[in-house]
Formats: sequence, C-alpha cells, structure tokens
Amino acid sequence: MIEAVRLQKHYGRTKAVDDLSFTVQPGRVTGFLGPNGAGKSTTMRMILGLDTPTGGDVRIDGQHYAQLKQPLRKVGALLDAKWVHPNRSARAHLKWLAVSNRIPVSRVQEVLEVVGLTEVAHKNAGGFSLGMSQRLGIAGALLGDPEVLLFDEPVNGLDPEGILWIRQFMHRLADEGRTVFVSSHLLSEMAQTAQDLIVIGKGQLIAQTSTEQFINDATQDTVRVRSPHAAKLREILAAHATVTDDSASGSLVVHGIPAQQIGELAAENQIVLHELSPQRGSLEEAFMQLTKESVEYHAH
Amino acid sequence: MTLLAVERIKLFSTRSPYWCSALAIVLGVGLTAIIAAASEEQVSLGLTQIGSAQLAIAVVLVMAAIAVTTEYRFNTIRSTFLAVPGRTSALVAKATVVALIAGVLGEIIAFGSVGIAKVISPSSDLAINSAAEWRHVAGVGLVYAIGAVMAVAVGILVRQTAGAVAILLVWQMIAEGLIGIIPKAGIKIQAWLPFTNATHFLTMGADSPEQGGAGIDFKLSQWGSLAYFAGIAIAMLVVALIVAKRRDA
Repeated sequence: MIEAVRLQKHYGRTKAVDDLSFTVQPGRVTGFLGPNGAGKSTTMRMILGLDTPTGGDVRIDGQHYAQLKQPLRKVGALLDAKWVHPNRSARAHLKWLAVSNRIPVSRVQEVLEVVGLTEVAHKNAGGFSLGMSQRLGIAGALLGDPEVLLFDEPVNGLDPEGILWIRQFMHRLADEGRTVFVSSHLLSEMAQTAQDLIVIGKGQLIAQTSTEQFINDATQDTVRVRSPHAAKLREILAAHATVTDDSASGSLVVHGIPAQQIGELAAENQIVLHELSPQRGSLEEAFMQLTKESVEYHAH
Repeated sequence: MTLLAVERIKLFSTRSPYWCSALAIVLGVGLTAIIAAASEEQVSLGLTQIGSAQLAIAVVLVMAAIAVTTEYRFNTIRSTFLAVPGRTSALVAKATVVALIAGVLGEIIAFGSVGIAKVISPSSDLAINSAAEWRHVAGVGLVYAIGAVMAVAVGILVRQTAGAVAILLVWQMIAEGLIGIIPKAGIKIQAWLPFTNATHFLTMGADSPEQGGAGIDFKLSQWGSLAYFAGIAIAMLVVALIVAKRRDA
C-alpha cells in the first residue's frame, strides 16, 4: 500500500504538488490521472525517494523508500525507459541492478523471458526502440519480484500490441495481489486499465474513486431531447438546467438534470417528446471538463 | 562489498574505461619511449616518469570524472539511487572502485615507463633502490588514485562531462602552474595547491629536476604533501556527497 499525506513539492513559487493525499490499495490497478504537468511524475519521484518533498509525507507499507533495505525486492518502478546507459547491454543493465539488491543473477534471465527480450539481451540498450526500452524497464521493475509496482506513462509511444500487452500484464500483477500504480494523461487508456483512479490537476487532488464511479459522475449529466415543441420545452428546462441547441439535428442538449426528470417535466407540461436519450459524453470530454480548471497551459 | 561489485559491473560493461585506460597507457608509456629513443645520453629515472606524472594523469582524471557524469547524462544515477537509496554508500563505492582502477593504472604506467626506457636505452641506470626512487615510481599509483577521488567529487558536483573535464584539466595542467607567475606570493600559494603537493610527493629532489616544483617553499614533508593532497580529495568528496544527498536526483 502506498500512502501519501499532504504531500507538497514547491519549486520556488511554483507548486508542482500541493497538499496531495491519497492511498493506493494492493490487489488493484490504480490509475494516476492528470493532464501533462499536473505533478504525476514529481509525485512518483517523491514516492521513490528521488525528490525530497517540501512538506508532507509518503510511505510504502509504512516505510519511507529510503529506509528500505533492498528496495527492489519491495518496490519495482519504471519511471523512464531511457534511464539506461546506451552502451551497456540489456543483460548487463539488469545484472548490476540484481547484484545491488542481492537478487540471484539467474533472475535476470527469467525477467528477460517474461518481457520477451531474451534474444536481444546482449545488445546495447541504446539501440532499442521505445517499445523494447519499455520492456527492459519493466524487466528491471520485476527483478526483485516486488509487491509494489509503479509505472509512469508506460504506454507512451507504444504500438497497439505493446499497449495491450502492458495492460494485460498490469492486470495479472494486480490479480497476484500486488499494488500497481500507473500514471497516464489519457482517461480512455486508464478506463481500460485501472480499477481505481486518483485524478490530479495542478498538483492538487481532484478525485479518488473507482474508475466506474468517476466515469459515471463525469458523464451522466448530458441528455439529448427532441420535441416538436422545442421552444416551450427549452423555456421550462432552462429553469432547472443548462440547455443548448444542437442546430444540426434540431434537438436540445441538456446539462445538469437526469433524463427522468426531463421526462417528468415534459409530462407535467404536456409536451410531446420524440427523443429523450442520456448521452455518455466521451471520456476525454468528461476528463477535460473536470480538469480544465487545473490545466497548466491552455491553447487559445 | 556488494556495492563495489555493482560499480565494477557498471564500469566494465561500458567501453569508456577501456578506451581511457588504453589511451593513458599509450600516452604515458609512449612519451617515455619517445624521450628514451631521442636521448643520446643515459636516461635518468626521473625522466621516465614525465609521461606518467604530467601527461597520463590527465586522462585518468577524465576517466574518473566520466564514470560519474555519464550516470547523470543518461539518468542512470536515478536507477542507481532507486536500487541503492543510501546515496552516500553508492557514491563512496563508485569513488573506491574508480580510485582502485586509477591506482592500478598508475602502477602499470609508471613501471611500464621504466621498463620501456630500459629496453630502448639498455645502458641507462634505471634500478629502483632508494626510498626516494621507489616513491618516485610506485607513488604514481597513489597520486592517480587520490586524483581520481577528486575527479569523482568534481563529477558529482558539476554533473556534466564537459564542465567537469574542463575544470579538472585546466586546474591540473594549467592553473596551478600559472599561479607561480604571481610575484612573491605565487610560490607561497603554490605550496598549498593540491596537485603541486602531489608533484612534491613524487619528486626525488635534485635527482629529478624535470618534475617541476622547484623553487616552491613547501612546508610539508613529501609524505605530508601526499596526506595533504588526500585530505583535500576527501574533503571535496564529502562536500559532493552532502550535495548529492540533499539534491533531488
């Protein structure tokens, strides 16, 4: 379990992470979601003791990362697949990692097989494609057979096959009872990978909830209504919700009240409805809706 | 011991230490070979160590600095700190391994230089008998090892290859010598400069005028100079370790 309590990281006057508290449970894949620059990587570096928090505290099973005796046996992390020496072979890279935590060197061969890099293990990591580098990074994270795994944007730059592989892989790790914490800036990706979500924007917590709940909350409020008495209906609904015209289809788009309430209002006022359909707005729209207040750089 | 093994694996699984070692040997021993081949008279023991003490040392300093700065350049320092969160022990292990390699390299170059001079100029008296002669030749390894610790410290502080190399080369090869130009005060300051003291440790006094350091009013004995050189190296390493511990990786 990972536990962050009022975690803060300030760079001068910039608050990269601001009063962030959350917990990550074992046995589940927990997504760490936020737009670029929201503070996801900074938070992960603080969890792993690379960066010192300005304030607050983050612990893994009650311990600071720096207190762990053989940290790779407890926590596996892939923060950046390019953190390898380009002129060192994949096998040598894993070998020094293994030796540093007294992990049997035979384990190197095992993890190379798990990620499918056995045949290129003797090659220099600098010549690897991004996908291969990601696999090498995952191999490194798995070396110590850790209970806790952290992945920072693991699917960035991967082809669909690689994305699917990583997704299934993370589910398997969680099913084995491990704590899996994975960051992404894509809600659509997280919707398919994570069971729980921790959503942040501008370094602050926006939501900690199950993925299902998050998507429901974020998308439930849009209803498309079509009626021959559109003008009258619009007037009535405007008192309860935000109504916009969709001129292309001649229908109304209602935000803020559920479909059944719209139906009841229409019946009370004896308005005929031709369509009453709750819209599942796209996940990305919902996500942008939630985080738009906290996006650091806007395009105008 | 584990950490020493880790640093050894890391260092020897890349090419740069091999290249730097080869270059240091070629430059150090090669210069002696050229000197020996060009001299018409006998070659003195002092002459054989110009290559090791004044030329090859620069390559060794660069090698030691690169051992750290490439970790920062390729961000493997973060992988290192993830595997070994005790940054001090990780970096001390690195300094130790680099110093050991530098020391061995120093002995190879020093004795190799004596050997090649003997081969090229068989009539020269190059026997190593007195304590001063032993210090002059075998001491090169000690100077390399301590210099390597200094270079590692500079590498940790500067974190980039070009900067660290520039600092070390200008300092070791040029700056300390130039300070002697300052009227009166120059030679007094020089007596307390680290690489000048390293040279002082190696000199055989009047028997090796080519080693420089002449005219400087050293306040320390020759072993005292070595201890002083080592003290500065360790002080620099301590500062570097404190900085590395406090800094975000």
